[in-house]
Amino acid sequence: MSETQTTYNYKVVRQFAVMTVIWGIVGMLVGVIIAAQLVWPEMFSRLLPDLAPYLSYGRLRPLHTNAVIFAFGGCALFATSYYCVQRTCHTRIFCDKLAAFTFWGWQLVILLAAITLPLGITAGKEYAELEWPIDILITLVWVAYAIVFFGTIAKRKVSHIYVANWFFGSMILAVALLHLVNSAAIPVSLLKSYSVYAGVQDAMVQWWYGHNAVGFFLTAGFLGMMYYFVPKQAGRPVYSYRLSVVHFWALIFTYMWAGPHHLHYTALPDWTQSVGMLFSLILLAPSWGGMINGIMTLSGAWHKLRDDPILKFLITSLSFYGMSTFEGPMMSVKTVNALSHYTDWTVGHVHSGALGWVAMVSIGSLYYLLPRVFGRQEMYSVKLMTVHFWVATIGVVLYIASMWIAGVMQGLMWRAVNADGTLTYSFVESVKGSYPFWTIRFIGGALFLSGMLIMAYNMFKTIAAGKSEDAPVLAPAAHHA
Amino acid sequence: MDINDFRSIVTVLGLLCFLGIAGWAYSRGSKQGFEEAANLPFADDDDSVPGPQSRSR
Repeated sequence: MSETQTTYNYKVVRQFAVMTVIWGIVGMLVGVIIAAQLVWPEMFSRLLPDLAPYLSYGRLRPLHTNAVIFAFGGCALFATSYYCVQRTCHTRIFCDKLAAFTFWGWQLVILLAAITLPLGITAGKEYAELEWPIDILITLVWVAYAIVFFGTIAKRKVSHIYVANWFFGSMILAVALLHLVNSAAIPVSLLKSYSVYAGVQDAMVQWWYGHNAVGFFLTAGFLGMMYYFVPKQAGRPVYSYRLSVVHFWALIFTYMWAGPHHLHYTALPDWTQSVGMLFSLILLAPSWGGMINGIMTLSGAWHKLRDDPILKFLITSLSFYGMSTFEGPMMSVKTVNALSHYTDWTVGHVHSGALGWVAMVSIGSLYYLLPRVFGRQEMYSVKLMTVHFWVATIGVVLYIASMWIAGVMQGLMWRAVNADGTLTYSFVESVKGSYPFWTIRFIGGALFLSGMLIMAYNMFKTIAAGKSEDAPVLAPAAHHA
Repeated sequence: MDINDFRSIVTVLGLLCFLGIAGWAYSRGSKQGFEEAANLPFADDDDSVPGPQSRSR
């Protein structure tokens, strides 16, 4: 390697990749803890009476969601997007210092969340709980992310912008928009602010944000991963590039409208609810277009699925993506929602997407990426990757099956009425009936968490045997088989 | 023109814009460019990482 040869910035990719696994373990551990709290509610008041207020379900639950979505998912998005954008643009990342700032800034945001949420400092908006000073820091980091990402695209050495970068880019822009609009608040002190919106407008803005956080943070970004890592690992280009273009724009044009389905049968105007339901149903088409495009990329190479744990993770994640994007539109139908809303069915649906799709596509991509950025041919143990796959899959299946049963049971019990119009069951009877399923959910979550611990062991062994060197930037090969 | 007319027009324009994109994506003219773009991930070989076990493909 000559001295003047430029290299890809792998340092920031390595940092985010390692923290993805660490935060994944932390976030999922908190999830397992709150799942245990539902089964043993008096757990902390018996074991740790002094700390119990800080560890109550209401304070740990937002810590869990923030840790898995923004710490685990966020680090995975940073790592994979920085890797993908450099390699498909054939250029080193734009502005190394700013990229380093996104890493340290994002870790600071996560640390502040881990401190403030157990203390009960919260803006009270779901998935946007962090108070205004942290919101400002998020904005700064995100603007830096946009400059680094789009700056890299601007100095690319090839004419096309690969479709995965379109997905990552749309994620960055949409999340900036969502964060700025939904976090608009008037501070009354350093640690307390109130939303600038009031009443039903506040609810609508919140769920416009909430559903698009799912649509852009947890879907578009991870589809970017899918469009890069599935073709790479399968060794063949994406099944249909034109489908990927239509898929992209269909998601962009429809997702923004689907938020009202979170507010069925509330004070939100009925027509708004119907618009939300209709667009949620339309979303089935682009979602399945994307899933088919990813899975069919393997067409003609299905045998690779047999002994390649990375492809197992990636293709299974797409199956869960297909399942949850079928389930979601169904649940947005008002009559179905009348049964499913406020029950554990919703929790099961979210985890089918979060564990089955988001976590599994990230894990598969990381297993591809980790050995490459640490100068190894493959992970320390392929066998442990396969073990991780099966432990995780069994965990997800236990989790979502138990939540389906619990959810439908709760929905049916809540609305059962006697001939004289009185309720057949008291609420606490539905709680009692849910205990066995909450125990199964706890086991499923614990299995998924143990998979992450296996991954951490495998990762540190790989790092110990590898080298932290940056790969040289390659001139694009014109015709590559 | 009241604001609701404007909103309807924007929605219809959005739909037409999407249909235009879909038509363009499936037109013959965009085929070659898409093929080039689809092969971008394979225009660089990220297997040849410097390291103890690096292999050349």
